[in-house]
Amino acid sequence: MAAREEILAALRRHAQPGAPLPVIDGVSASFPDLPARLAEAVVAVGGTLVRVPDLAAADTALRALPIHRDAKRIASLVPGVGAANVYPSTVKDPHQLEGLDLSVLPGSFAVAENGAVWIEGARLPHHALVVIPEHVALVVSAADIVPDLHAAYARLDLAGRPRWGLFMAGPSKTADIEQSLVIGAHGARSLVVLLVG
Amino acid sequence: MGHLTTLRHPEAAARFVADTPRAHWHDQALWFMRLKRDRAAAQVPEWERLRELAQAIKAHALANLPALLEQFERHATAAGATVHWARDAAEHNRIVHQLLFAKGVTRLVKSKSMLTEECGLNPYLEARGIEVVDTDLGERIVQFRNEPPSHIVLPAIHLKKEEIGELFHQKLGTDKGASDPKYLTEAARGHLRQKFLQAQAGLTGVNFALADTGAVVVCTNEGNADMGTSLPPLHIACMGLEKIVPRAEDLGVFLRLLARSATGQPVTTYSTHFQGPRHGSELHIVIVDNGRSALLGRDPYRRALSCIRCGACMNTCPVFRLSGGHSYGVTIPGPIGSVLAPAIDATAHAALPFASTLCGSCTDVCPVRIDLHHQLLAWRGDLIAAGHGSAGKRLALHFTAWLFASPARYALAGRLARFALRVLPAWLLRRLAGPWGRQRELPVAPLESFRDRYRRTHGRS
Repeated sequence: MAAREEILAALRRHAQPGAPLPVIDGVSASFPDLPARLAEAVVAVGGTLVRVPDLAAADTALRALPIHRDAKRIASLVPGVGAANVYPSTVKDPHQLEGLDLSVLPGSFAVAENGAVWIEGARLPHHALVVIPEHVALVVSAADIVPDLHAAYARLDLAGRPRWGLFMAGPSKTADIEQSLVIGAHGARSLVVLLVG
Repeated sequence: MGHLTTLRHPEAAARFVADTPRAHWHDQALWFMRLKRDRAAAQVPEWERLRELAQAIKAHALANLPALLEQFERHATAAGATVHWARDAAEHNRIVHQLLFAKGVTRLVKSKSMLTEECGLNPYLEARGIEVVDTDLGERIVQFRNEPPSHIVLPAIHLKKEEIGELFHQKLGTDKGASDPKYLTEAARGHLRQKFLQAQAGLTGVNFALADTGAVVVCTNEGNADMGTSLPPLHIACMGLEKIVPRAEDLGVFLRLLARSATGQPVTTYSTHFQGPRHGSELHIVIVDNGRSALLGRDPYRRALSCIRCGACMNTCPVFRLSGGHSYGVTIPGPIGSVLAPAIDATAHAALPFASTLCGSCTDVCPVRIDLHHQLLAWRGDLIAAGHGSAGKRLALHFTAWLFASPARYALAGRLARFALRVLPAWLLRRLAGPWGRQRELPVAPLESFRDRYRRTHGRS
């Protein structure tokens, strides 16, 4: 506690008046065609986007992809999409998810400007489902696209109940060796966004 | 901290540039990052407005740190996290060690945290029997080499792939002579995956701490922060107290700027919000001062606390590109580091504000609009006034001040210089010009000065 009081006291000594908190305005992006822009943005961050009319079509499209065809262990948190044979809610220890080939996860919404998809932690039995599998498929409704991060945070309303969540934009990547981009650093080696509707 | 050198920057830089092809390669590698940043910024019509907002939000945060930190602590605690406060590096290290010791942790995975570099956490924990594995690929590379990162975003930017190939051959048993980045990254993935699975705790830095929600936000491209925190039951997040932003919506501004400024990406791959611990685990947040509150009391340098650690000022800096991050001898190198370091120890780091051409490029690219080159200039004045310059430099500055104080003396000096440039041989002139003349031809002297010309064309001045 001594440390806390000392630090706060030191900061109070050096407090400076003024500097009002600005209203965030004049920065909104707008795109005439949100899904088209999202598709471009997802590709730009190293992912792919497949647009399908409904969940049944999403399932068909996913099963046709090599990441599903070649997968032995699949977890899906989106009912009806993917041939799941691992059931994360019955797994006690996230370490047991090691060796997962594909996880199919619900995306709450997508951001057209940068290709990021918000994944709500409360919908995942284990956070590791985002990073531990070889490949990730995110299922997002075409009705749930916001233009930019400003709209995204307005929608998230994080001041509500405590939660864990993340924006995921494309697959895991690194360029730490001579700046050569390598996809698949620690997490997913590929990311597909299944845009439904 | 590995082997931070006390060598002064000019000497360390001279060594770096002695290998001309390598210095040129380093220069080009960083300039490539700068170009990617430019392309990304140009695609956002609102870019300048975003920078203005980022600057204003940070200014507000710095002016209200006590209230915002208390608000953050309240919300983080309500969400189930435990908040700790550390006055300095030693206290920070002690807190982290106690948390690990209490849980019997002997294997820790870390994602990138410049703060823990600053505090020297790794050697502290290793001396107490804890295996610390840096999991960012670049950081793992420099950890294997027992040296500090040379850049805050690109820790191994000073190394060639052949050197990393040889290192991995020794440490990870990759094929001798193999240097393909994809192959080497794959080897590191396998190696670090085992470390993740065996870890009993994960430690992360913090990019942003949200006062209104108590969340900490961590941005990575590799996913190492998510791997490191989603498997073990203990997550320790270490943050400098300046990481606080007032509102969640402020992230809309900062996340749009951060990755574009750093690497030219529209956003980092993983931008993870930790608001309280996940089910069945603990989240501890350590808030560290370590000189920051003192810096807050020092105008104009307090603005340097706005830094969001994107590294753009390093990528664009002609001195950084041609001297390398290690030449600065501090955890945060480059223009921002040269502003921060003298505030911690003016004697040790007095050379750093002079490691700049004052070209202002750093200021131009800074996403939070820190007036970096003005601050570097201000430091030069403060340091010389405080007696930190060399005797020769002080003498030269006093002489120049004396010369410039009198129009007659200035005019006479100009006449002498023009005369000397005309009559003296080039080799002698270069010698007289000091280091400046080493790689430069001196200009051809004009026959008359501006003053003479004005007098001739306009009558008396």
